[in-house]
Amino acid sequence: MTKLLSIKNLKIEGLTGEKWVEIVNGVDVALDRGEVLGLIGESGAGKSTIGLASMGYTRQGCRIASGSIVFDGMELFGASKAIKRKIRGARIAYVAQSAAASFNPAHRLIKQYAEGPIQHGQMSFAEAEQEAIGIYRRLLLPDPEGIGYRYPHQVSGGQLQRAMVAMAMSCQPDIIVFDEPTTALDVTTQIEVLAAIKNITRQFNTAALYITHDLAVVAQMADRIMVLRYGNLVEEGAARELLGNPKEEYTKQLLSVRTFRKETDQNDNNSNVILKVQNVSASYTGEEKVLEDINVKIRRGRTVALVGESGSGKSTLARVITGLLPPLQGKVIFEGNELPPALKSRDRESLRKMQMIYQMPDTALNPRQKVRKVIGRPLSFYFGMGGKEREDKIIDLLEKIELSEKYIERYPEELSGGEKQRICIARALAAKPNLIICDEVTSALDQLVAEEILKLLQSLQNELGVSYLFITHDLATVKAISDEIVVMLQGKIVEQGERQEILTPPHHEYTELLLSSVPEMDPDWLDNLLAERQAENEQQIEIS
Amino acid sequence: MAFFKLLRQSPLSARIGLAIILINVFAAIFVPFIAPYSETEIVGDVWISASIDHFLGTDHLGRDLFTRLLYGARNTIAIAFVTTLLSFLIGTISGFFAATLGGWTDLTMSRIVDIMMAFPTLIFALMVLSVTGTSVPALIVVIALLDSTRVYRLSRAVAMDIEVMEYVEAARLRGERIWWLMRHEILPNAMPPLVAEFGLRFCFVFLFIAALSFLGLGIQPPMADWGGMVRENAGGISFGIFKGLWPAGAIAFLTVGVNLIIDWFLHIASGLKD
Amino acid sequence: MDSLGKMVAKRVALGLTTLIVISLLIFLGVELLPGDVAETILGQSALPETVEAFRRELKLDLPPHIRYFTWLGDFFQGDFGNSLANKRPVAQQIGWRFANTMFLAAAAAVIAVPLAIILGILAALYRNSLFDRFISVVTLSTISFPEFFVAYILIALLSVEIILFPSISNINEQMSFLEKIHAIFLPCMTLTLVVVAHMMRQTRAAIINIMASPFIEMARLKGIKRARIIVLHALPNALSPVINVVAINLAYLVVGVVVVEVVFVYPGLGQLLVDSVSKRDIPVVQASGLIFAAIYIGLNLLADVLSIISNPRLRNPK
Repeated sequence: MTKLLSIKNLKIEGLTGEKWVEIVNGVDVALDRGEVLGLIGESGAGKSTIGLASMGYTRQGCRIASGSIVFDGMELFGASKAIKRKIRGARIAYVAQSAAASFNPAHRLIKQYAEGPIQHGQMSFAEAEQEAIGIYRRLLLPDPEGIGYRYPHQVSGGQLQRAMVAMAMSCQPDIIVFDEPTTALDVTTQIEVLAAIKNITRQFNTAALYITHDLAVVAQMADRIMVLRYGNLVEEGAARELLGNPKEEYTKQLLSVRTFRKETDQNDNNSNVILKVQNVSASYTGEEKVLEDINVKIRRGRTVALVGESGSGKSTLARVITGLLPPLQGKVIFEGNELPPALKSRDRESLRKMQMIYQMPDTALNPRQKVRKVIGRPLSFYFGMGGKEREDKIIDLLEKIELSEKYIERYPEELSGGEKQRICIARALAAKPNLIICDEVTSALDQLVAEEILKLLQSLQNELGVSYLFITHDLATVKAISDEIVVMLQGKIVEQGERQEILTPPHHEYTELLLSSVPEMDPDWLDNLLAERQAENEQQIEIS
Repeated sequence: MAFFKLLRQSPLSARIGLAIILINVFAAIFVPFIAPYSETEIVGDVWISASIDHFLGTDHLGRDLFTRLLYGARNTIAIAFVTTLLSFLIGTISGFFAATLGGWTDLTMSRIVDIMMAFPTLIFALMVLSVTGTSVPALIVVIALLDSTRVYRLSRAVAMDIEVMEYVEAARLRGERIWWLMRHEILPNAMPPLVAEFGLRFCFVFLFIAALSFLGLGIQPPMADWGGMVRENAGGISFGIFKGLWPAGAIAFLTVGVNLIIDWFLHIASGLKD
Repeated sequence: MDSLGKMVAKRVALGLTTLIVISLLIFLGVELLPGDVAETILGQSALPETVEAFRRELKLDLPPHIRYFTWLGDFFQGDFGNSLANKRPVAQQIGWRFANTMFLAAAAAVIAVPLAIILGILAALYRNSLFDRFISVVTLSTISFPEFFVAYILIALLSVEIILFPSISNINEQMSFLEKIHAIFLPCMTLTLVVVAHMMRQTRAAIINIMASPFIEMARLKGIKRARIIVLHALPNALSPVINVVAINLAYLVVGVVVVEVVFVYPGLGQLLVDSVSKRDIPVVQASGLIFAAIYIGLNLLADVLSIISNPRLRNPK
């Protein structure tokens, strides 16, 4: 039987500087009608590029060098614009990562929904309007009759993402290319979108290319999985088999990524408290509170994970602790002394003892400073070091973060993402801090690299006895590294306590929602969870 | 050297631009040695045609036009350069201060600049010069002040963009003082846009001074300057004597040169091909 | 609609405040003259009676704040005081010249705006084509050329070598509309050339910026025709930046008029201002300066307001 889509020996080149460099090196993709194929890989794997190429499209600065892309018997590589236009939208549709950027802000959702079917001559606007209500309803969008008449910026992120799925469905295409459609969403929202996508592709028997970096997500969505790395195919297989029995080392690494666990030291409750946040409330405007009555304690040598979704106020709390945002009420007590609320009035010694590591190592390092200056500056600033002494200390710190001394001459642009984050860690360590605030330090990194960073942080803690305040939205990270957990929602603490206590049922309602929404590798996880939640709902309805 | 390597890969337009600038700078520096006559010496009849003795003929008073053109390069370029430099000094320092300090410092400075910029520069300059008179120092200070508003806007915006970077926050949290932040964290990263802006501002100031001189309100005769020379020789144009086009062309020539270099620089700095 | 109205009202209030501050600055400018204004302007050798008369003329005998409010009050009633040079009311001199300046600027705008927008859009759509390169070379040169250079080249070509248009643009009320157009042809061309370059460059940049948005990519991936993408997806979003570009360049045009008027000896407000500055005719300088400022601020304000109104996100609030 011929495949619906069959890509053979696809080579794509990208322009770097003045040269064309191959970024996809001869990949084959085959897709049957109604099948969902997951393309998975870390950044630079070429998965999005392949997804777009399946529509005969490349972004600016990219070109298809050779190969063939046959869709339903038609060759798309080198096909005329008219042919490609007829296929795009009508037979192969695209769902992008950011719905907010991909909807035209000037038009109502329904107009953008209907544009495809009208332009491809499938139906009139009135017919499309009717169809849309049905599709919106199937995607469980609230107010399916009315939502189409809103503008994109009037709809929330998760809903907009589903509206984009609806738009892709509008022509009832044979294939939809999903390009990281849930990456920008919170976990609790992600699950709604995942469920919606799964539902609708099943109902219409639509084939899909599902592109993501998250194996657990792809496990829920895909029938078959292709693992990509640096533009090459690593491994391909049926989803269950590949997840259960990976053959390649790289796939195994990707799968084992979430296995790292800190060995807990249960009986450490009596070690002294180094940071105490007391009844803190804070606000950016002076009116609307983003933090309300927060109380947190951090003990020496322990890790407290502060977890919450976007808008929960977790990063704001870090700003209050560091003095960037003086609180409306409450105190920050560090090693027994109350710190002045504003950064300006804090003394150098208390600044030294509290260091920070950021989410984006790209913006956390000054691109015009060599590693020597980045790590050396805190040494001379806090300890007045110079010359040989300073040089030795820098090399010593580089050793601690498992980098060789030749890195001392490098600029940030000559480092990989993980190396940059290591340098940030070294910069923090240079101050000999007692507390390091880690703000989403692994979220911008690829999974394998993130794992390495977590291990490094843990071994540094074991060695130096430093405490961490670990701010994150990622529950896998929380499970891996925390001693204590603080769960935040809309500026308030929902629940806090020892890791074991928080992670074992019974949970607080929100913690339960959060924990249960994290995708697991088990391919049946999503279906089971949805069935479970539905059953609960029905139960509640019966009771009431 | 890195510069020569860049130059070897540079497009033709950039080389032309560089050549134009070098010719002008060379003329400006070495006028006394290459000019055949002195700046204000009357050497013959009015508006005589080009000859071996007078490459471009003479001007409306019978002075050698080529000599005047060379001295004009020196005066016009030097004044424009000093003005731009001053404007940058004022503009970048205040812009960086506004961005790093924020709060009411930023608010007051930005409001003042908003108001100054709400007023057309040429009209503003004309009015101020009607009060201060048109001496060269007054000209430099007035134009530098007016122009520094644009430099302020840009450097503030650039500094603000850098300011929100986490490496600046990291330095702040370390307890660094404002001078260190400006000198080590912000300035090195603000250089590319500022250098390009310097070129653009130079062109603007240069054209602006030329326009003022042309209107008779800039550099005053008998000092040779290009804008003024256009004005002096403009009367001949209706009679088919195009002497005034030489200095006007010289202005255009230099500005094109600088613009070509800016384009090249922006091209390199952005790393994108557009 | 409420927040939109509020934003617009805020801009208008800001514009008015700016105008007031500017008027204060213009007024204070005279105050800042070192020493006695009258003596500075008339020179050390002036007779005491002359100085006294001059002081009365400028109302220098009254305290500053009273003078300011009288001046401003008179200004809004159309009384701009008397010229120092010829003792005639300033309003009389300005009225006719102001109309001339607006006529010239409007003529240039009518040609320049549509031309610049069309060329800018074309250059953006056919980016890196021969047409785009050609356009960018032309704009680079016109941006680099001083107005008077462009003006004199036009004179040399179209007035001296081939006698088509007058090099001195004298117009008066007796002339018919066509005669007036003929008279101002060259200054109008000069202004057009200078403004088109700027406007086109910025329009091109605005369109290219929009065309790089993800929603344009999405439209392409929906299989929409190119023409439709441009008209329905790009233009509504480009409106706001393009309107801004146009208004700002119109403001520039009004000011650029000064040099061009001098070149063509055109009886406009700009030439009057330049003359009065060299004669130090303070009342005329103040009045024409304030008028130029008001137009400039007004156009910038218009740009702001229009670009707020044409922004779809602001027009349809949550």
